[in-house]
Amino acid sequence: MSANKRLIYLDNNATAPMDPRVLEAMLPYFTDKFGNAASRNHPFGWVAEEAVDYAREQVAKLIGADEREIIFTSGSTEAINLAIKGVADMYQSKGNHIITVTTEHKAVLDTCHALEKKGIEVSYLNVDEKGNIDLNELEATIRPTTILVAVMYANNEIGNIHPMKEIGEICNRKGVLLFSDATQVAGKIPINVKESGIHLLCFSGHKMYGPKGVGVLYVSRKNPRVKVTAQMDGGGHERGMRSGTLNVPGIVGIGKAAEIALKEMEEEAKRLSKLRDKVENAFLALEEVVVNGDIEHRMPHVTNISFKHVEGEGLMMTFNQEIALSSGSACTSASLEPSYVLKALGLGDDLAHSSLRLSLGRFTTEDDVDFAIEKISKGVEHMRSISPIWEMYKEGIDLKSVKWTEH
Amino acid sequence: MAYSDKLLDHFNNPRNVGTLDKDKKNVGTGLVGAPECGDVMRLQIEVDEQGLITDAKFKTFGCGSAIASSSLATEWLKGKTLNEASGIDNMDIVEELELPPVKIHCSVLAEDAIKAAIKDYQEKNGFAE
Repeated sequence: MSANKRLIYLDNNATAPMDPRVLEAMLPYFTDKFGNAASRNHPFGWVAEEAVDYAREQVAKLIGADEREIIFTSGSTEAINLAIKGVADMYQSKGNHIITVTTEHKAVLDTCHALEKKGIEVSYLNVDEKGNIDLNELEATIRPTTILVAVMYANNEIGNIHPMKEIGEICNRKGVLLFSDATQVAGKIPINVKESGIHLLCFSGHKMYGPKGVGVLYVSRKNPRVKVTAQMDGGGHERGMRSGTLNVPGIVGIGKAAEIALKEMEEEAKRLSKLRDKVENAFLALEEVVVNGDIEHRMPHVTNISFKHVEGEGLMMTFNQEIALSSGSACTSASLEPSYVLKALGLGDDLAHSSLRLSLGRFTTEDDVDFAIEKISKGVEHMRSISPIWEMYKEGIDLKSVKWTEH
Repeated sequence: MAYSDKLLDHFNNPRNVGTLDKDKKNVGTGLVGAPECGDVMRLQIEVDEQGLITDAKFKTFGCGSAIASSSLATEWLKGKTLNEASGIDNMDIVEELELPPVKIHCSVLAEDAIKAAIKDYQEKNGFAE
């Protein structure tokens, strides 16, 4: 192996490297400024509390919220659990029905499954071939007992953006709460929770070049004033909604990450969508390639693409010493099931098995993208040269007419 | 997933990739798996008059383990009698390539492909079941 072998990271939807500016802001809070933000009676506590308050403002500004509406958590998964379970507990006298979508992240789906075991009723909306829900169906699914609608801001696998403003309008008109998982969105495109009528929203630090282990739950304080029942008992931190000593360095980090993202978002989104389009167009120039999802309403840094007659894990093995990305193939998942998101679009399982997700980020360069185009295209060519179904396709055999031996 | 060096070698340098003429009487073809399941293997053998496998080729749509399993299978088949070939067990492949438990089905598919190719040859040549 040569010493200067390249290793390129195109999996920023999984996690992103931390921005050095964020690390710099965090460092003093591990050592000199180590105080507990809840220590009200000495300077160590005051310094920590001041830092947390400042971060709360930075984070609130990113999503158009008030700083008193920000609850710090350990990440999006905890924030999702707190939002959904917390609303289910707090509003049980109002109703026991939740509406969500089949393509949500597992943190949402599994939280809903857990609530179903406790008697909460959950409706799962289907999506069309682009990954979008039918707003009329959403409205028709709301019942007098509905307390919460949970729709992610944008999907993690295909990047399609849900029309949050329209969804917010429906929820507010019907008097139900709206929660949105914005983990893949915060810091990447503008969010305004007030304009969109969102009552609860979450995201995490590490997806926006901040630290792992810290996240945010926004909880609306006015029109309506929303409360969630705490899911952990303890010292009553975060206005009683999330106990536990505050992760001051992490909170400083997510605050700084939010500030940088807000400042650089517009330019960065333009740069990334240009690079993403370059990758996508290069692959589309190959034969039998399809882009999955909604190319009109999509996050700027993501593409999900299927290379027909090539299996995703095998394809990745041709370049995974040099390029890191994800696949919807079953063989890359612990469950041996292909991506449930791609399946929900109505793609055949064969297309899900053939998919790659490239998610670019702040530190992706045009050079990286050119390198990836070359390596991945070569991999596709190689895998097709050893694929029997590519050979059959080339011979004009209709693969749907072949009697396969399912196993 | 961490794969063994032998598996990676078969994946990176697959042996005996190719296509034999499936219409020839002394060629047996086994096509197993399904695109929806994420793997399809095609394994072909060419058999001489003494019942010895003189050539074997494969093409596989699938993950790294599936490709390595079929590559290894073609290597093992060459020079074997049909009888010896039908004795190849999927666990031999698992052992040789050190397949992780979640990939054992790839070796099963390779064994199925060997058996299907032998059966195709036998049917073409009027062997009794």
